[in-house]
Amino acid sequence: MSTTTYREAVRTALRDVLEREPRAFLMGEDVGRYGGCYACSKGLLDEFGPARVRDTPLSEAAFVGAGIGAALGGMLPIVEIMTVNFSLLALDQIVNNAATIRHMSGGQFSIPLVIRMATGAGRQVAAQHSHSLEGWYAHVPGIRVVAPATLADARGMLWTALADPDPVVIFEHAMLYSLEGELPENAGAVDIDRAAVRRPGRDVTVIAYSASLYKALEAAGRLAADEIEAEVIDLRSLRPLDDATIMASVRKTRRAVVVDEGWRSGSLAAELSARIMEQAFYDLDAPVGRVCTEEVPIPYPKHLEDAALPQPEKIVAAVKALFGAHG
Amino acid sequence: MTKHAEKTHLDRDHLLLLLKEMLRIRRFEERCVELYSTGKIRGFLHLYIGEEANAVGVMQALTADDAVVTTYREHGHALARGISARALMAEMYGKREGSSRGRGGSMHVFDAATRFYGGNAIVAGGIPLAVGLALADKMRGRKLLTACFLGDGAAAEGLFHESLNLAALWQLPVLFVCENNLYAMGTAIARAHSQTDLTKYAESHAIAAEAVDGMDVVAVEVAARRAAALVRETGAPYFLENRTYRFRAHSMYDPELYRSKAEVEEWKKRDPIPALEAWLASAGLLHADELARIEAAVAAEVDDAVAFSEAGEWEPIEDLAKDVMTPQRTLRREEAA
Amino acid sequence: MPSLGADMEAGTLVEWLKKPGERVARGDIIAVVETQKGAIEIEVFEPGTIETFLAEPGQKLAVGTVMAFIRGEGERAAAPVVAPILPAPAPGSSGAPARAKPAPIVQPVPAAGAVRASPAARRRATELGIDLAKLSGSGPAGAITLADVEASAKAGRAGPREAMRQVIGAAMARSKREIPHYYLGDTIDLEPALEWLEAENLKRSVPERMLYSVLLLKAVALALNGYPEFNGFWIDDGFRPSARVHLGVAVSLRQGGLIAPAIHDADRLALPELMASLRDLVRRARSGGLRSSELSDPTITVTSLGEQGTESLFPVIYPPQVAIVGFGTVAARPWVVAGAVVARRLVSSSLAADHRVSDGHRGARFLSAVGRLLQEPQTL
Repeated sequence: MSTTTYREAVRTALRDVLEREPRAFLMGEDVGRYGGCYACSKGLLDEFGPARVRDTPLSEAAFVGAGIGAALGGMLPIVEIMTVNFSLLALDQIVNNAATIRHMSGGQFSIPLVIRMATGAGRQVAAQHSHSLEGWYAHVPGIRVVAPATLADARGMLWTALADPDPVVIFEHAMLYSLEGELPENAGAVDIDRAAVRRPGRDVTVIAYSASLYKALEAAGRLAADEIEAEVIDLRSLRPLDDATIMASVRKTRRAVVVDEGWRSGSLAAELSARIMEQAFYDLDAPVGRVCTEEVPIPYPKHLEDAALPQPEKIVAAVKALFGAHG
Repeated sequence: MTKHAEKTHLDRDHLLLLLKEMLRIRRFEERCVELYSTGKIRGFLHLYIGEEANAVGVMQALTADDAVVTTYREHGHALARGISARALMAEMYGKREGSSRGRGGSMHVFDAATRFYGGNAIVAGGIPLAVGLALADKMRGRKLLTACFLGDGAAAEGLFHESLNLAALWQLPVLFVCENNLYAMGTAIARAHSQTDLTKYAESHAIAAEAVDGMDVVAVEVAARRAAALVRETGAPYFLENRTYRFRAHSMYDPELYRSKAEVEEWKKRDPIPALEAWLASAGLLHADELARIEAAVAAEVDDAVAFSEAGEWEPIEDLAKDVMTPQRTLRREEAA
Repeated sequence: MPSLGADMEAGTLVEWLKKPGERVARGDIIAVVETQKGAIEIEVFEPGTIETFLAEPGQKLAVGTVMAFIRGEGERAAAPVVAPILPAPAPGSSGAPARAKPAPIVQPVPAAGAVRASPAARRRATELGIDLAKLSGSGPAGAITLADVEASAKAGRAGPREAMRQVIGAAMARSKREIPHYYLGDTIDLEPALEWLEAENLKRSVPERMLYSVLLLKAVALALNGYPEFNGFWIDDGFRPSARVHLGVAVSLRQGGLIAPAIHDADRLALPELMASLRDLVRRARSGGLRSSELSDPTITVTSLGEQGTESLFPVIYPPQVAIVGFGTVAARPWVVAGAVVARRLVSSSLAADHRVSDGHRGARFLSAVGRLLQEPQTL
């Protein structure tokens, strides 16, 4: 065990992949000389050279499309997009090409591409750098979407994603990069399919992912003081969703609250809620609760940003609402 | 001509091959119009009639291992690249014997055997794929090029400029072939572009460029061979602007409010097929019975493709979700080697 | 009282068309109810035998109020009232909007008010053959949950005593989980009250004599008039004070367990009436003859362990009430009166109150007010 950070775990994963897999290379804006917008690739240019750690011009659509082309051409590209907001410039390439080519070609071509991007709010960077659009990507068949919340997943998901023959989008919440924790020296690849129960409990299932996981865990701690034992599930994979793990938990607790930093309307939380209704309706003791971001572009001032986002207090309140108010 | 240019061998057999290739495309598509009218082919059907010299000419410059990325007006590219008329027609029928198992249709023809990476129906959407394919070849040390067909409409997209910039910046072996047929659907080039000499766009991205008569198959082949040789030698991209014209509507039928009948008739005088036939005849290289033989062979090929497609099977509905994701989850190490 | 329209909150019973003991079939018209839209006949949906009527003609009843018990075919006689110990506030007394429990056993044509139960509860109830309409819910907005059904099934197997234990347990656990209690204690010189009572009782025949507990109850009821924040319900994250004082009196049952039915309008009853009510209530509580409204109506509870010799107690609030007053044993102790230590009969009083509604400062004054009233028993 050693103490490290999420950022360091991402960097170790990148280094590991570049060392072990000669077809892998990293490209994106400022991944080389600058060391990565979030310093995730700091030092890698010196280690692996400019052919495999490629700074790109500011042209998201072109370099994501080039990543797709390179994957078609037999490489294993890792494309970094600075934030999910910028990824909209490349959304056409991801949705219209990466996600469709296998199907449109009748299974002739797979796209073994990994796209990493930062997501999420909390840094007072306002409405064009703070959104959580994971749900949009999770909507699209033909790609996998994962959201590592822990150091082990930040360290281990990249390899598995790169070994996967289909496009995988990895969302790294910007608030997690400085997260500190322990990671075993021999930490390595992890699955990218299963949700994980991060805290067992019997009374309610709280489903979260990415940075919201920590808010859910904090809420679970507070609820425990009120004798409500929350089971906290970390989705890990946003597409496909691990229905089995989710439903097993909901069938046990009979109540669920979904925490999602995306906006409520048409959200991943909405999808989860619908699935629980479809698959576990007769096991429910209360309607599925949701804690989502308020329907507002993320505002700049701290107090408004905080108010817009899911917070532990809101999760606690949403959970308590699933229990009788009295008697 | 530079000293690097590959000679185009204008012998009789080759010229007859060019003629036959253009006729294959022409007759194939004429049959497609009939089949569309009877409902055998559905969806969008963008015909290449009038532009055949471009696909046929450019494909002569490619090796079997080069890659091709093209647009939704790609029947000509597919046939000229070597995809069988059977597979192409079955694809338009939506049958499982189609080049994409019927999943793509007219606009999405793919073929791994000929490194044919689509039929892309997003204008300019395929251009960065070509850049990436070239990047992969370069990184893997393969002396190959990627031919990227696009239209004049695509040249107005940001992605066109981003991709050209990236190809030039990274010196990637892409042969851009801009088939300028003067209309982006119904918008004339002068109404869409501040710069109607599209080679200037390429040159501003530091890419060598030239314009060629896209109604003259020999001229296209000569230019394409020269360009391809340059790309192979330097590893740098090259930009051809093929000035051409489509004789039919944007997609099957449109009221053609955007151009005059006279203009279309004027261009038809430059139809590349009769032009080549006349030239061959005048040079004593093509006899009437020879032409009839070629036409018969082409007709037989098209008939066969239709019969093949008629006899083809529909994908079972149970397989609906097939080929969304790859069943074999872990890449085999040798796969890309 | 069935809901006969989306905007209906209450209805007035015009008449019963059947009598207790009569058998009713599905589709029979059992009663006529007057609503804002006119008189509507109430249809029976479950066949059985009418056991009791809980409402009288002329009474205005909130939607959801139980109007009658019908014993289903093959059902045992109604168990001693158990479920209502988890009380829903009586909307009539507190002005609270109608809540969905207990579920009405009769439904109007067309059926509008369905039993509020979770999907899990419904499935389990179907498996166990339990009629959800006979359960009361502990879930959100009074919905019946799986646990309620399981508890009911267990009660069916284990008998009323265990069932009551469970229900008390659930209520008290919820109370301790949700209500931030604070506790205050005081000692009251009961000598003046007891002397007055002894003199008063001398004037009365034996059956008419009063117990000192009546004085304690009346003092609490009167003191509440100045301290409304201890009288009412905590519902949906807010306090709803009650204009009327329905004093819940904790009665321990011989077979074990505890029940706290209401003496309605205790502050307005003269002491002899209060005594009569208390006797009647205790008798019926122990014989299982309480009315449902008596179980759901208390706006505050008074409990005493004086008979057990307990010096003082720290009671737990009955949700959704917000306060409970406790009294210990009455015993002669040294007390300072006018600078001299004398023996006086004293009683300890205690208050447990909901900190969401009131603070200790007000609690202390309320408790003092109870003590002060007992110094002037003739005013009670």
